[in-house]
Amino acid sequence: MKIGIVGIGHGKFGNRSDATVQELAFEPFKQAIEDTENLRRKDINALIVGSVPEYHMQRSLPGVVAEYVGMNPKSTWLTEAACASGSAAIRTAYMAIKSGMHDIVAVIGVQKMRELSTQEILALMGRVGDVQWESIFGTTFPGYYALYANRHMYQFGTTKEQIAQVAVKNHYYGSLNPNAYFQKEVTMEKILGSDDVAYPLKVFDCCANADGAACILMTNEKLAKKFTDTPIWFEGLGSASAQMSVLRRPNLVEIPSAVEAAKQAYAQVGVKPSDIQVAEVHDCFTIAEIMAYEDLGFCSKGKGGKFIEEKQSYIGGKSPVNVDGGLKAKGHPVGATGVSMTIEIVKQLRGDAGKRQVTGAEIGLTHNVGGIGQYTFVHILRR
Amino acid sequence: MPFKYFGKINFTPYTKVDKFADYLQKGKLMGTHCKKCGEKYFPPRADCIKCLSDDVKWIEYSGRGTLHSYTKINAAPKGFDDIAPYILGVVDLEEGGRLISWIGDIPDDDIKIGMEIKVVPRIFEEIEEIKLYYTIEKP
Ligand SMILES: [Zn+2]
Repeated sequence: MKIGIVGIGHGKFGNRSDATVQELAFEPFKQAIEDTENLRRKDINALIVGSVPEYHMQRSLPGVVAEYVGMNPKSTWLTEAACASGSAAIRTAYMAIKSGMHDIVAVIGVQKMRELSTQEILALMGRVGDVQWESIFGTTFPGYYALYANRHMYQFGTTKEQIAQVAVKNHYYGSLNPNAYFQKEVTMEKILGSDDVAYPLKVFDCCANADGAACILMTNEKLAKKFTDTPIWFEGLGSASAQMSVLRRPNLVEIPSAVEAAKQAYAQVGVKPSDIQVAEVHDCFTIAEIMAYEDLGFCSKGKGGKFIEEKQSYIGGKSPVNVDGGLKAKGHPVGATGVSMTIEIVKQLRGDAGKRQVTGAEIGLTHNVGGIGQYTFVHILRR
Repeated sequence: MPFKYFGKINFTPYTKVDKFADYLQKGKLMGTHCKKCGEKYFPPRADCIKCLSDDVKWIEYSGRGTLHSYTKINAAPKGFDDIAPYILGVVDLEEGGRLISWIGDIPDDDIKIGMEIKVVPRIFEEIEEIKLYYTIEKP
């Protein structure tokens, strides 16, 4: 029995100092119900929240979200896999429906990151490496990706300009997305001239911490047609882990969990990387998108820089990637990101993506990485 | 020498490999070696990933290695802002395993991935509580 999406809702990402975390969650939840044909809130059997709890003043998020969106006394729980918490929640929902335990599940990815200062966030995120042997020297999240970037440049001759082109592309597509945090194009000069965060990564190589929420409603094949004419199906769900510590990784030029999760997903569907018509990848930093092209097999190892230079990840190229602006332009409310990626693919496969539509897209992919690569979920969706 | 003295800010004062800090204070960089299957660990582990044995012994590392990658941290996390900017290096140790630490007395322009380096045990003397660490230096 196929499992698919029958309703989507996406809140505005960015500085949302106007709302509490549960108020943020309400917006896409309401939209997702209204996006269906006559699915009522009372039809939903469970609410799964994807979020990273450490960012919030409010403890135990599913409790406050379930109450605020009026889901009590239905079942609710949290899934956490760092920046991949949203996709982890989707995987959990898939399992719940597939098993027959629940028929209709709401997944809300939500995060309010701006309750903490940038320094506190840097400290918190730096501890996503191994705290016993790494964080004691002041590692940071951008610092880890900078280590990947430098090694990639050394090993494959990738250039700063190629890396920066990811930001140029994603800000261009972000300018076409009304839900994005940043809706303006950015020039190469501005990116290369921005301040260093962690050499060689600059301010414009990094996605922005943001507040935001996104919601999807999932159900099985038997019920889906009742709620929409255009269900979008999950066909492959790859999931893998990698070492917490970069000191124990096989190399620093790929995300091994992404390679493994992609392999699983392609095998489950029986497709090749070149069959993917539109992809949403985890560009928490520009270099992360370049590694994603390689890890997903859109190009061969080490050729990611050339891939963006040739504009192969633009609409019209071999593999259009992050045509909603990616984390880079949308902002990265960590728990919401995987759900947001999924929503973009749903819009693309429904043919509802407007100015950023990939013509005739029938098969799409999401690639959601947690932490510095400890978790990756790769989902393949089809119309 | 309790493990809590290892690092500028220590997040794990308790560990089965706390003797690491004793050795470091004596100027020795130590890893562990699984007595059953022979697997070597740096950073040290008390338990073997490979064969699940919990019987390991300490072995001394030379500190020699090559620079695998590096970054200069400008935006520092809480507790490290007073020493920013600082350069972090990842070292492939000659005997296997890796470590991450600050690059010490090497001019920025001389830092090259693949260069030979030496890891040197250190004590933060200017800080009231003794803190142990190591830096990456030219051999
Ligand atoms: Zn062993």
